[in-house]
Amino acid sequence: MAMLEVQDLNVRFYTDDGVVKATDDLSYRIEAGERFGVVGESGAGKSVTSLALMRLIDEPGVIESGEIRFKGENILEMDEEEMRSLRGNEIAMIFQDAGTALNPSYTVGEQISEAIRYHLGLDEAAARERAIETLESVGIPSAAERYSDYPHEFSGGMQQRVVIAIALSCDPDLIIADEPTTALDVTIEAQILELLEDVATEFDTAIQLITHDLGVVAEFCDRVMVMYAGHPVEMAPVEDVYYDPQHPYTVGLMSSIPRIGDDRDRLQTIPGRMPDLIEMPPGCNFHPRCPYAEESCTRVEPRLVDVETGDPADPINSDAQTAACLAHTGELTGELDYEVTVQGEDAPTESGPASGTSTGANDR
Amino acid sequence: MSGSEPLLRVEGLEKYYESESDFIDRLLGRQKEVKAVDGVSFEINEGETLGLVGESGCGKSSIGRSVLRLREPTAGSVYFKGQDITTLSDSELRDLRKEMQIIFQNPQSSLNPRLTVNDIIGEALDIHGIEGGVSRDARIKELLERVGLNASHANRYPHEFSGGQLQRIGIARALAVDPGFIVCDEPVSALDVSVQAQILNLLEDLQDELGIAYLFIAHDLSVVEHIADQIAVMYLGKIAEIGTPEELFAPPQHPYTEALLSAIPEPDPLWEGDRILLEGSVPSPIDPPSGCKFHTRCPRVIPPSDYEFEQEEWRAVMSLRHRAREADIAVETFDAEGAELTAALREELDLPSALSDPEAEQVVQEALRSVADEAFADAERLLSETFETPCTTDEPVLRRTDAGRVACHLFDPAYENGASDGTAAGDGPTTSDGTSAGSAPSGGD
Ligand SMILES: Nc1ncnc2c1ncn2[C@@H]1O[C@H](COP(=O)(O)OP(=O)(O)O)[C@@H](O)[C@H]1O
Ligand code: SF4
Ligand code: SF4
Ligand SMILES: [Mg+2]
Repeated sequence: MAMLEVQDLNVRFYTDDGVVKATDDLSYRIEAGERFGVVGESGAGKSVTSLALMRLIDEPGVIESGEIRFKGENILEMDEEEMRSLRGNEIAMIFQDAGTALNPSYTVGEQISEAIRYHLGLDEAAARERAIETLESVGIPSAAERYSDYPHEFSGGMQQRVVIAIALSCDPDLIIADEPTTALDVTIEAQILELLEDVATEFDTAIQLITHDLGVVAEFCDRVMVMYAGHPVEMAPVEDVYYDPQHPYTVGLMSSIPRIGDDRDRLQTIPGRMPDLIEMPPGCNFHPRCPYAEESCTRVEPRLVDVETGDPADPINSDAQTAACLAHTGELTGELDYEVTVQGEDAPTESGPASGTSTGANDR
Repeated sequence: MSGSEPLLRVEGLEKYYESESDFIDRLLGRQKEVKAVDGVSFEINEGETLGLVGESGCGKSSIGRSVLRLREPTAGSVYFKGQDITTLSDSELRDLRKEMQIIFQNPQSSLNPRLTVNDIIGEALDIHGIEGGVSRDARIKELLERVGLNASHANRYPHEFSGGQLQRIGIARALAVDPGFIVCDEPVSALDVSVQAQILNLLEDLQDELGIAYLFIAHDLSVVEHIADQIAVMYLGKIAEIGTPEELFAPPQHPYTEALLSAIPEPDPLWEGDRILLEGSVPSPIDPPSGCKFHTRCPRVIPPSDYEFEQEEWRAVMSLRHRAREADIAVETFDAEGAELTAALREELDLPSALSDPEAEQVVQEALRSVADEAFADAERLLSETFETPCTTDEPVLRRTDAGRVACHLFDPAYENGASDGTAAGDGPTTSDGTSAGSAPSGGD
């Protein structure tokens, strides 16, 4: 049994314009200590997925069906009391906008030690001590002094460290990080990713990292789920997804990243945009944008299958590379004939132009 | 104007803001200045793109707006087609706006939500007295199609469009007056990668067809590399390095450029390079560091020639000095005394238990004793008087190197002695890069 198992999760939003299928029979798992990436464009259902894990879906949203098992227990059946102890104690969340995640009218120290008192039942002095330790562990200099500073006295990167400190203060087993570095500058992003990596290793915390940045996923994650229009189109260990993507959407995403040193004149793009989740195209949702689409794609909805065998995927028990494209079930007459180039270790430095070696400047 | 005059020439541009201050400050005349742009010069040729990158708050947007006089520059000149626009009257300026346009990061907030797309673009035409009647609608239709939008959507409101489509509308509005120059202020930063690629391609196509020049502002070097003919890297109101993308990515590199590049997450799970992690964040532009503004974070800051420092030891000593200057060491919270306190301080400051140079070690011990007594000014003075480095005293200027212009003493022969000893990380690849780039191994050491 994996630490987290999400099975056939369906989240719907009943809006005035119609029913939004934010997640559609979504299944995946996260092992203890694992770093699991969720990527996709805005509106793909990434954030809804994480909010559902915390049961934070609000009106007009409903978790319609499915199971979310955390350490074997179905979160969807817990009472409020159990939920409260789960949130923060075992599962913590980090959001993109650290500024709004913090309460402006309490000092950062108070906010952390309150979380600690609440979840660990420590007295005030002990909670304060632990809060300072935690602030130190996330790299806040002069932690004891900054304990009594207010959030606005911190820079964006420091605020995100405070949010991470709050998340860590109760030793959670799973951290859900929703675009934690998107609002930060690259040099600060690098600091925060390093910090998350350190805490994940040190405390053996699993992390579900939601991002639209394929660079961040490559750097951070063990496995990744690529989401499109509310469901996974590909799920696999990161190396497979980057070096041997098996879904045309993944390929499109990969080739639209500007990479330093490539000499393409134009960036490849995916034509059009994601459909709104109310009126989804029939068959394969991706067919209006897919360069390989055939007539059958407009009729038959591809299932997530093992790309080797074509058998239905078992995301809860297997690590196999899976993708949802008719090409893998023999229902396509043509082939997916794309080429993938990942510049990196295997790209010999000598052959690259000066620009190609710039990132390699730190290679050893 | 002559053929050699660039389309846009910016000289010694400065933009200072008054910092926030309370009543007492004002009463005592203690207003402080935020030097958002502090002496910046560059040129953009017709039909070309200058990419401007740097972390938030480094002054990129202030430059973009000052160049259009959407904000008044504090000093300096901006020549557009040879004419200094900082001296123009309001009405002359209005005429000029036909030729100089801007698009923003958040099209949502820059497009009037109560106007239809038709009116948004029509408004731009009207302001500049272009096209009435039938040809007006035809022009709007043409513009929408030109930026890849369905002309039949002209009667829709902004909220009916996605982020990428709104950015296209923003571009159509800028194009309405047929400008020769557009400031693009982070136009793709808020967009998803696939949409970002669409917009970048659109901007490039427009440039090819219409010969528009761009000042393209971004915080992401990989985006800028794709679109720019020249790239300027900014740090705290100044240009640290400027050159073609090839020059910028080849050595010699400004240590900040090097760090920025190394910080970009590599979209390759098997990449195993070492990242250069910069300490801390960008200092406040109200009271910027002396000498080279990057010295508080620079991993390659030049060590004093009369001591033997490992580069990392030296970086730690510099940080001690910086924090002493800021009085940013909470001594009382260590709850220790004597040797125990010094040991704790050393750990907090990443100082090894003993420096490799015994003489330097003596000095640092004395400085730490002052810190322990909270005599920060003494510590600062001792460190800066004993360990001299041009990085804290002399402001580097942009100098031509074999690959672009760089503002760093490391690449200035005048400071060769200061730099000759403990060379820093990053000189390893110099030869391989230098040779692969086909240029002579250069100034890196
Ligand atoms: N209207 C203003 N009043 C006071 N300070 C400002 C104003 N606009 C910008 N600043 C300050 O000027 C500096 C540069 O800002 P900006 O040009 O917006 O940087 P960037 O675009 O690189 O993020 C920052 O310190 C910012 O806080
Ligand atoms: S099923 Fe068809 S439309 Fe969908 S991804 Fe595969 S080829 Fe493209
Ligand atoms: S002048 Fe000194 S501090 Fe500034 S970038 Fe060069 S080495 Fe670093
Ligand atoms: Mg800006």
